[in-house]
Amino acid sequence: MHTNIILSGVGGQGILTIATVLDTAALSQNLYIKQSEVHGMSQRGGAVQSHVRISDSEIFSDLIPLGKADIILSVEPMELLRYIPYLKKGGWLVTDSNAFVNIVNYPEKHDLFKQIKSHKNHIILNATEEAKKLGNSKVANIILLGATSSLIPLSEESILNAIKKLFNHKSEKIIKLNIEAFETGKQLAKGFTEFVY
Amino acid sequence: MKNLVLGNEALAKGAINAGLSGVYAYPGTPSTEITEYIQKSKVAKELGIHSSWSVNEKTAMEAALGMSYAGKRAMVVMKHVGLNVASDVFMNMAVSGINGGLVVVVADDPSMHSSQNEQDSRFYGKFAMVPILEPANQQDAYNFMHYAFNLSEELKLPILLRMVTRLSHSRTGVVFKERRKQNGIQLPVNSKRFALIPAYAKEQYKKLVDKKSDLIKSSENSILNKLTLSDDKSLGIIACGIAYNYVMENIGENDSFYSILKISQYPLPKEKVKALYQHCDEILVVEEGYPIVEELLHNYFDENDKIKGRLSGDLPMTGELNPNIVGQASGFFQDKVRNIPEIVVGRPPQLCEGCGHTDLFKAINALIPEIGEKKVFGDIGCYALGALPPLNTINTLIDMGASITMAKGAADAGLENAIAIIGDSTFTHSGMTGLLDAVYENTPITVIISDNSAVAMTGAQDSSALGRLKNICLGIGVDPNHLIMMTPLKKNHNKNVDVIRKELKYKGVSVIISQRPCVRLSREKKEEIKQKIAALN
Repeated sequence: MHTNIILSGVGGQGILTIATVLDTAALSQNLYIKQSEVHGMSQRGGAVQSHVRISDSEIFSDLIPLGKADIILSVEPMELLRYIPYLKKGGWLVTDSNAFVNIVNYPEKHDLFKQIKSHKNHIILNATEEAKKLGNSKVANIILLGATSSLIPLSEESILNAIKKLFNHKSEKIIKLNIEAFETGKQLAKGFTEFVY
Repeated sequence: MKNLVLGNEALAKGAINAGLSGVYAYPGTPSTEITEYIQKSKVAKELGIHSSWSVNEKTAMEAALGMSYAGKRAMVVMKHVGLNVASDVFMNMAVSGINGGLVVVVADDPSMHSSQNEQDSRFYGKFAMVPILEPANQQDAYNFMHYAFNLSEELKLPILLRMVTRLSHSRTGVVFKERRKQNGIQLPVNSKRFALIPAYAKEQYKKLVDKKSDLIKSSENSILNKLTLSDDKSLGIIACGIAYNYVMENIGENDSFYSILKISQYPLPKEKVKALYQHCDEILVVEEGYPIVEELLHNYFDENDKIKGRLSGDLPMTGELNPNIVGQASGFFQDKVRNIPEIVVGRPPQLCEGCGHTDLFKAINALIPEIGEKKVFGDIGCYALGALPPLNTINTLIDMGASITMAKGAADAGLENAIAIIGDSTFTHSGMTGLLDAVYENTPITVIISDNSAVAMTGAQDSSALGRLKNICLGIGVDPNHLIMMTPLKKNHNKNVDVIRKELKYKGVSVIISQRPCVRLSREKKEEIKQKIAALN
């Protein structure tokens, strides 16, 4: 078993939270994990990515080779497409439909969705909107994690425990909100047929 | 049990458990989290391990040497270009030797993710004639600290431990071992060797040169340099540090078919290299950074076509390695990969919304039509982003402190309206001395210290400059009439433009302290800063 996941987004959008949950869950299942992340200059509103590798045998490279990612999970649609060269044949794309526009030449959203939909295995959700419905737009990342969870070889129990552990120092309310977000994402992915824009 | 840590954190924990008494450092990506881990560690606090930030890498390394002189184990941490700043003490402490174990941790940044060059610190190790350790993974980073301190105390030399961005900033499960005790205070038996007057230095330098055979012997016998010879003789691979991972990623389960020499300790174990060279038809050298090992191989065996690597063009000369580049060079199967769709555009980093630097740049930009273009000398920090569109304010960015001194040199050349922009922490790191040069000659420059009360780019660490800038400038001799405070806010725009215009007209040194805390600081932190400044003034 060897699963490679690229997490992508813009600095400050919370992809490292997703990464930490995956890392913690994988370690609790005695699996091997490697997860590279971006610190420094790019974190200032630039494109950021994290490579997450989960395996039942030793992992060598901290970076996923091109063409070997099973999943690209993005909190931003254009940032998803930036990592297409990493996607394995038949790999999955999961993304928030909500665009983060902090540049003047941001492409037409319709064109982005058209590109994403040209890959058969995709899930596009308006996770930011769904997060707002839950009362906090910040949990969009956990909604997306929930939406991806069935594609990741980790038990739901270990992921939920990892979420609890991560937010342990915060209030009971925050933990509950994140678990709710995870459930919401899971259900939305189950019911996902086509993204209409 | 495995602990989930970054490569940097594994190294830091390794240092604590190896009996560290103090870490000295200046923040710099990708090295910062090493010191931060020790600062946050409860155990380190209980043990009284020193971990406060230093003003720059040179002061940090000298303090670490002082701790070593007193007999305790010390570590000094920096990014690759920081070693340029500390190179004076680095070269000389190789000559004096050390007392308590001393490890110099340098994190290189190949591909320049957050740097202005991709210099390879292994050259410095070779230059200073000290052993270099290069971990391949996070567990290595942890384990090597213990090994490094032992080796340092055994050889009485500082050890250079080289990290790279991808190892520093990658997380995995690491097994921690038992912690050993710190050393007690024990002054050097022969303290003469630390007094490098020519008579003693000559003696010490000869000793250092004579130690080379011990260093090579240590490398030959080192468990960190592992040679595996297989029956297949077609290709032998020398894999250094993290490059080993990329080789193994490609070889996978076929590892028994290839002859591999994993290098994690330098100087190179020549006999092991020879054994591999003689065993194989072709040698591929995979190393992150400059082709330092590849060059040595050419020296050992004359120039020939048998050696492949960066110099031969099989691997690119610039940029970091990755599994694909290494896969191609070693001739493993390479899938065709998709391209990035054309509609995807670049998203470069930018100053945060509401950042004080932006308001400062807008004020300067308003003056460009009057003073002319290309006269703004910049420095290292978040404000370097002012070199990019849409602001395009900054024209130069070379090294820590160069804004003031370059502006001075340009003014000496006759350039009018030279402006230097420097951050608060960069100013105390390397700007103060340059300011004294300018004050000494009353050079007509305008220095703007963009003071956000933090080392912001690396994650808002405490700045040694906090609350001291005004007094430092006055102490250096800046005319109090030309030491101006301003607050970079939208509502102050016109006022600030006038302030800068007025100081540009002054034909001498002006310093404008443009002060507003970093927007990334928490409310509590901002309050703490306010109180600290009030207490100091």
